[in-house]
Amino acid sequence: MNLDPLLLSRLQFVWVIAWHILLPAFTVGLASYICVLEGLHFATGREIYFRLSTFWIKIFAVSFGMGVVSGIVMPFQFGTNWSRFSDATANVLSPLLAYEGLTAFFLESAFLGVLLFGRKLVPRWAHFVAALMVAFGTLFSSFWILATNSWMQTPAGYDIADGRFFPGDWLQIIFSPSFPYRLAHTVVAFYITTGFVVAGVAAYYLRRRRFVDEARTMLSMTLWLLTVLVPVQIFLGDQHGLNTLEYQPAKLAAIEAHWNTQNRVELNLFAIPDEAAETNHYVLSVPVLGSLILTHDPNGAVRGLKDWPRADRPPVAIPFFAFRAMVGIGLLMLALIAASWWLRARRRLFDTTWFLWSCMLASPLGFLAVLAGWATTEVGRQPWTVYGLLRTADSVSPSLTGFDVVLSLIGFAVVYLIMFPVGVALMARLARSGPVEPAVEPDAVEAGRPQRPVQALPSSEERISS
Amino acid sequence: MVLDLVPLWTVLLGLAVFYYVVFDGFDLGVGILYGLAPGDRAIVMNAIAPIWDGNETWLVFGGLGLLAAFPLAFAIIIPAVYFPILIMLLALVFRGVAFEFRFKHPAVRNFWDRAFCGGSIVATFAQGVVLGTFIQGFKVDGRQFAGTSFDWVSPFALFIGVALIFGYALLGAGWLILKTEGDLQDWARRAGRVCLVAVLIAILAVSIWTPLANADIARRWFTWPNIVFLSPVPIITALIALGAWYALTHRQELTPFLCGIGLFLLSFIGIAISLWPMIVPFHYTLWQAASSQSTQAFLLIGTLFLLPIILMYTAWSYWVFRGKVRAGAGYH
Repeated sequence: MNLDPLLLSRLQFVWVIAWHILLPAFTVGLASYICVLEGLHFATGREIYFRLSTFWIKIFAVSFGMGVVSGIVMPFQFGTNWSRFSDATANVLSPLLAYEGLTAFFLESAFLGVLLFGRKLVPRWAHFVAALMVAFGTLFSSFWILATNSWMQTPAGYDIADGRFFPGDWLQIIFSPSFPYRLAHTVVAFYITTGFVVAGVAAYYLRRRRFVDEARTMLSMTLWLLTVLVPVQIFLGDQHGLNTLEYQPAKLAAIEAHWNTQNRVELNLFAIPDEAAETNHYVLSVPVLGSLILTHDPNGAVRGLKDWPRADRPPVAIPFFAFRAMVGIGLLMLALIAASWWLRARRRLFDTTWFLWSCMLASPLGFLAVLAGWATTEVGRQPWTVYGLLRTADSVSPSLTGFDVVLSLIGFAVVYLIMFPVGVALMARLARSGPVEPAVEPDAVEAGRPQRPVQALPSSEERISS
Repeated sequence: MVLDLVPLWTVLLGLAVFYYVVFDGFDLGVGILYGLAPGDRAIVMNAIAPIWDGNETWLVFGGLGLLAAFPLAFAIIIPAVYFPILIMLLALVFRGVAFEFRFKHPAVRNFWDRAFCGGSIVATFAQGVVLGTFIQGFKVDGRQFAGTSFDWVSPFALFIGVALIFGYALLGAGWLILKTEGDLQDWARRAGRVCLVAVLIAILAVSIWTPLANADIARRWFTWPNIVFLSPVPIITALIALGAWYALTHRQELTPFLCGIGLFLLSFIGIAISLWPMIVPFHYTLWQAASSQSTQAFLLIGTLFLLPIILMYTAWSYWVFRGKVRAGAGYH
């Protein structure tokens, strides 16, 4: 059997990063939400914010722990499976990754202990500051990781010597052409993802008539946020698309399954792209709309995949379908938000059964959109790791055999298939048990810890039986 | 600006790795002892629950620091220890999530208890194997590792793996003595004594084995006048070992932990003396493997600014969770 270490290494990277990205997609937004709740509690003194914050911190703890351990795996992938990529790009990319570790990871991890276990040990303002720092940490983390990714997509500010990249201008390296768009689009996607989870949990309580006050607060807050962010996200996605057209036209051609360079191009709503025959089957398309959306001009020219030699083209089907999945989910979200405006105006937001059900069903949508968007942009970057400069095939570690990578891939598969379902089940359990009764406010700073720190408040069993 | 930053980065990276070894070392060590500890094991876990992930992030800093400061070393060493790194990561995943999963999921607590202890042992063993492989050196062709993914399987590397389990367990026992009291503390003292004896045997064995296996290291150790300059290393090691034994048999609370750190420090210095100035033994020196001046300078600016802040708030979070861990509600 002929096992290809390159293909297997790519599959392994897909596996470890696809699972990992789900956690920042949730924790970045949740950290900011907890920070807002802590801030509101600190400013208003209202108990409800304290209960909500305590509730979400417990769920945050689980997802963050999973994020940390699956995140530690990532930098080592560069060394174990992509050592030639590391050797070629380290002079440029390693400080960005190291700054991620320094500013973000530490900020999060050091203050996380205080956020999770320190409620009774530090004054209230210090707990709020810890929440703020954890939230900042997650945002810094996104900043540096996306700066790294953006440089791989649209490299800038570098010199090449001996087949390796050397830094020219650090500002150009960090703020590479696609970075501002990618950062904005991704962080907003993370906020929206969290928003739909919070809305889904709130809808669940409202359906069951449990924790009604908390649920109303959560649903109302979240829907206001999504009212702003979902339209903003559609605008940002459009801007990101213009940027891709300018800097990564081959990726855009794959996303749209355009084979020929044309003016007044159609928009393919559906098609089965055929890479061998360089054409599409079963096409459903709208004339001229492609040029209008992609270039904001009905006569705009869009390059087709035949402009590039076959060896330089990305796969077509994955970016094409993944992009459509992402946009479809975006439109679905917009519809749900529009429905919420109408219901809110008629004061039926909290007791309309179909809407609450929709919110519950919509809670995983953000994750799917993040995965689809990520697949679009990363598969669309192929066959390069550094766009147009370093091929994926020239990035893999030369010492690896297919057998080595099969073994490691099985290892990651088994461990992640245990860890992630258990983690999700655990978070679902915490979500079902709900925000607890008002807890006693801390009166003094004292040392010592509860026996089970995270579960110092009544456990789910106690809650259900009461 | 022609300022050689390599020595500074060597020191920074060395300190980061040492910090990681001591701090994640003691919490991995607590995990190793967890499987054997009597009584209320929740106390054992709570002795490290608030601080473990802060400690573990130093592994990322160590890995990324190596990538940033000495990328050639990263690109050669990491593929060479493909499986030990894989095993370490998977074990750390299991161990890390066990903290959360165990606290909240009593139905499967047994499984996660074993995952916590087993993950700690396996991760430690894998780290020891990485160290042992590093000391033995790598097969290199040009700028890439040229061996196979199983080159790490050697008696020496496996022995270092086992030795490190006792080493981390010694640090873990020291930490438990500091953070607990009563029966659990007495047990930790006994466990510490067993580990101390094992660690001393291992240090002695490695000190005999290494020069026998490597003529360059033997020459460096035993030629005149090196032998005079290097003689304080074994002498101080012996003194610390005596101190550790005394502290473990008397009512000292902090000294066992400090002596454990001392033993690690001297072993660390011993390795540095033996391999200097190699970062990819025995092919590339620190200078040959270093990243560009601009890369090192760019990262240094932020590091010198952020590192003191990181250390300060790390110290603060240790301060917040100071004192003995107690069973029950534990607030008063």
